[in-house]
Amino acid sequence: MTTSPIDIDHLAMKRVDLTCPVDPAELRKLQLGDMVYLTGTIFTGREGLYKRWLDDGIEPPVPLHEISNANFHCSPAAARREDGQYDVKAVTGTASFRFGKWFNRFFERSGVKVIIGKAGLSSEDYRRLFVPHGAVYLTTVGYGLGATYGHAIRHIPAVHWLEELGIAQAMWVLEVSSMGPFIVECDAQGNSLFELSNERINAGLKDVYGDLPQPVLRRFGEVIDRQQEVI
Amino acid sequence: MTSQNKTMHAQLTKKYADATIGPDWSIIESTAMTLMRNAAISIPVDFKDGIRDATKTERNPLSLFVLEQISENYTTAETDGRPMCGDTGLPRWYVKIGEHCPMGAGFVRLERTLRRATAEATRKIPLRPNRVHPLTRKDHDNNVGIFAPEIDYSFEPDVDWMEITTVHKGGLFGSDYRMLFPADGIDGIKRFFLDTFVEFGRRGMACQPAVVGLGIGGCKDTTMRIAKEAACLRTVGDRHPDPQVAELEEEIKSLGNRIGMGPMGFVGNSAVIDAHIEVAYAHTGGMPVAMHTFCFASRRATARINANGSVEFRSDPKWFTEHHRREGF
Repeated sequence: MTTSPIDIDHLAMKRVDLTCPVDPAELRKLQLGDMVYLTGTIFTGREGLYKRWLDDGIEPPVPLHEISNANFHCSPAAARREDGQYDVKAVTGTASFRFGKWFNRFFERSGVKVIIGKAGLSSEDYRRLFVPHGAVYLTTVGYGLGATYGHAIRHIPAVHWLEELGIAQAMWVLEVSSMGPFIVECDAQGNSLFELSNERINAGLKDVYGDLPQPVLRRFGEVIDRQQEVI
Repeated sequence: MTSQNKTMHAQLTKKYADATIGPDWSIIESTAMTLMRNAAISIPVDFKDGIRDATKTERNPLSLFVLEQISENYTTAETDGRPMCGDTGLPRWYVKIGEHCPMGAGFVRLERTLRRATAEATRKIPLRPNRVHPLTRKDHDNNVGIFAPEIDYSFEPDVDWMEITTVHKGGLFGSDYRMLFPADGIDGIKRFFLDTFVEFGRRGMACQPAVVGLGIGGCKDTTMRIAKEAACLRTVGDRHPDPQVAELEEEIKSLGNRIGMGPMGFVGNSAVIDAHIEVAYAHTGGMPVAMHTFCFASRRATARINANGSVEFRSDPKWFTEHHRREGF
């Protein structure tokens, strides 16, 4: 694990308002623990979008770089209204580590610079996949602030691939106003706030476990070292 | 169906329709719809109080910020009438039926009604259509499919009401099962809890602060089932009537809050809002243990439908009655 000069006991936790598409220069100023609020257009995307575009080679109806450079890993609690419009009442992040294998090609081809999601990736992945593309990772808070984030949606300009992927996996284009807070989990250098938190928690784990013994029956492939993570 | 069978079917349907609970079977449908909405939008008061108490003792600024945001989000959900979480979980039903409850059209009709209400509520609230075929990933966009939603039953002697509870629980992280043995003892259970909670608490994958439910004993499927029921169907602060189990509940809660972890896996001391444990008689050689975490989107709503058709919405599901936990006949 990389040692870092960042002191998680004294994070500035300052509010940062950004407009989408986000200016890459603004992203370089973000510090771990800053609270970001986004205004403008963002789009949702998860395995449905990544697989269809990057594995199956089907181009999105609108090139992503024309929509936004902020991609939200989520699927909304949404329904089609009788007038043909959509109600999106609540949105929350979904766990991002599952999409690791697509990130490099995704950043390369979409021009995306901001990923919003749940639980982040490892700092190793950030340095390998995010930093070369100037991308940062913002984590949703909680993770269940569905109403708070849903409240910030002003308009649904488009939904792509709804028929093909269904409500949960479709690409929803959202026009949002001060949607947040999202916490800066990975900065431009690829540091991870979660990993720094883990380091601190790990220091006390030995004491918490005390002399609780190994179970009498072990399991194949069991990870013994609790200093590690499972993602 | 032959014409004779058809006639008999029509007669039976009419006969039992008259004996249906309350004046009209639609009461169950409308109650189920209300429960779906209440569960998705309003977090039960006992859990809200639990978060408020955690806010009073949490000292880490980042964890404290998250706790405050969680409470604000509860309020926004109720004010706006929108689901409090974007992942509206896997809706399921728990039905407790009184010995003298006039069930009328019966269980087939009851299940059809609950399945319809699940689909209708998904469209109207709206909820996220989370249920897909596990292999084809086919989504009916209504949270209904093969064995979905789950409907579990329990029965209560000497009463004539029916209680319906819906639980909307997330479903990806925070649960596990392990076969332990008598030699592992209470320490083995504690270690299993720590392993599971630390593993899934990192980065807040378990969406803590959570209510931890542990199931000890039973067959493997029973162990998992009672662990989930312990997490989802008891209120914060409730203790098991068996003093030994109640003591272990306290110990697990305090152990969880000594990990040094808060919400989202940040540094803190507010990961466990409460711990509930249920036990079931196990194989003489084993002590299986299972754990579920009911995240801070702790969604649950209960109603009692009386025999006369009146409906009472209740904040405590009271699923674990003395009869439900009985040891004898």
